[in-house]
Amino acid sequence: MWNDRSFRANLGWTLRDTLAMVWRNLTVIRRVPQLLVFSFIQPLIFVLMFRYVFGGAIKVPGTRYVDYLMPGVFVQTVSFGALNTAIGLAEDKNRGLLERLQSLPMSRAAVLGGRVLADTTRNVFIVLLMLAVGFAVGFRAHTSPLEVAAGVGLMVLFGLALCWIFAIIGLFVPNGEAAQAAAFPLLAPLVFASSAFVDPRSMPGVLRWWAERQPVSVTAKGVRALTIGGPEYPTSYVWASIAWSLAIIAVMAPIAIRKYRRR
Amino acid sequence: MTGDSPATAIVAEELRRTFGDVVAVDNISLAVPRGTVLGLLGVNGAGKTTMVRMLATVLKPDSGRAMVHGFDVIKQPQDVRRSIGLAGQNAAVDENLTGRENLELVGRLSHLGKSKSRERATALLDQFGLVDAGNRTVRTYSGGMRRRLDLGAALVAQPPVLFLDEPTSGLDPASRLDLWGVIESLVSDGTTVLLTTQYLEEADRLADNIVVIDKGLIAAEGTAKQLKGQIGDTVIEFEFANPSVAASAATTLGSTVAAGTVVRLVMSNGPATLRDAMNQLAAADIAPSHVALREPTLDDVFLTLTGSGATK
Repeated sequence: MWNDRSFRANLGWTLRDTLAMVWRNLTVIRRVPQLLVFSFIQPLIFVLMFRYVFGGAIKVPGTRYVDYLMPGVFVQTVSFGALNTAIGLAEDKNRGLLERLQSLPMSRAAVLGGRVLADTTRNVFIVLLMLAVGFAVGFRAHTSPLEVAAGVGLMVLFGLALCWIFAIIGLFVPNGEAAQAAAFPLLAPLVFASSAFVDPRSMPGVLRWWAERQPVSVTAKGVRALTIGGPEYPTSYVWASIAWSLAIIAVMAPIAIRKYRRR
Repeated sequence: MTGDSPATAIVAEELRRTFGDVVAVDNISLAVPRGTVLGLLGVNGAGKTTMVRMLATVLKPDSGRAMVHGFDVIKQPQDVRRSIGLAGQNAAVDENLTGRENLELVGRLSHLGKSKSRERATALLDQFGLVDAGNRTVRTYSGGMRRRLDLGAALVAQPPVLFLDEPTSGLDPASRLDLWGVIESLVSDGTTVLLTTQYLEEADRLADNIVVIDKGLIAAEGTAKQLKGQIGDTVIEFEFANPSVAASAATTLGSTVAAGTVVRLVMSNGPATLRDAMNQLAAADIAPSHVALREPTLDDVFLTLTGSGATK
């Protein structure tokens, strides 16, 4: 297969087309930096609220609350960042841009791939900013810088997986507002009924069961394993989070691409 | 690219597409000889856009077959895409990119390469009078400028076949004339164009052949002249002082009130029709305030064929 010239040529064009789309999607951020500021404000408010307003009343096992909170906020940030994929695609469709792209001889995977990669790049940027915010409000890692970097990688991978779910939503709804409306009922139970902000052991039966197992919680715990460590947060959560992310990508990316290709 | 261009640039055979229960295009066949313009004429919802989207490989037909520039739209979509340009109803350009960036992006995604993309962008900005605006984001463009840029984007790869879906809807008259000029010069350079429009004037001016579609079916086809010939005769337009006089005049003449105070009569009997009509009006003691003779326009054809007016 790798010796097949047309296969290699196709792969080359897929990469080039995807990069062109990444460039196009990121240009928006350079031109309208307010967009980035807004996506930064929301997690910032969460940090301030949970750190200083509710934080004093919340007890978590085995660590200071701020060290528990920040990994949760990071995962919340990348999850909400993935919403951008749905909004971006829906808006491109609404403006007729997808139709133009579909009439070009470009790779059929590049529009979605370019969208997801651009949103992932954006997520990396916002997570690094949030990490700085975390340090400013007293968050400390109990592990090595390498493990913290691995933690950033873990949540960015999770964000990328979520982007593929939101890509499907973006292709089904007519415009950006609808994308936002459709995505929220999916995001809310994932992000809030989770271990991101509080210990699920404080929740009632079914909710607790869900909050301990669902992927946002698993990823938050994985990040805690890489920033706090100890017996409360074993590295098994890291592997569980990676497994979740890869499984989501393996299922959702082909569905999204098929939906895009379907004429 | 391929060597020879086929003599017939666009062929559709019994194309059909449904959306749920709605038949948007119902077994439409058409052929566009290379270097000519086909005008696809119809009201909103007639199936024009669906037809264009199927030919431009954006939508897949449920049944039927179509060849564009010698390639099968179902089996060879990428080859078709290398041969076409599409400008849709809404200017499909990115508001956050500059005009130049939009054109270069389309060039890169059409696999022209970086320097060729840049060269084409420069040429098109020049051709469409956007040199000064080229480095501004499209957000700052007027509607007419966006449309020109959108048409420019469809031309980046210098495609031999061009699909224009209502290219001038919503444009002011001057921009419209400009765009017509551009389309005419493209055609004189050998480009084949399929354009959809609701404006009969536009089809009359640009199209070598016209296909009128209505509810997914072909209602009529031919040159503008042939279509007008189908409607036939000159129309006499009487105008009256007020609607009630117009109404009684209409009864006298055996016609209906067309618009407000206007009554139209087809000159089916030559000049005698006019003499008889004036005599009938005089006998009924009605005097028209104004009389005009009008050659049939495509509007008459259109309204008659699609039944969406009260001409007959």
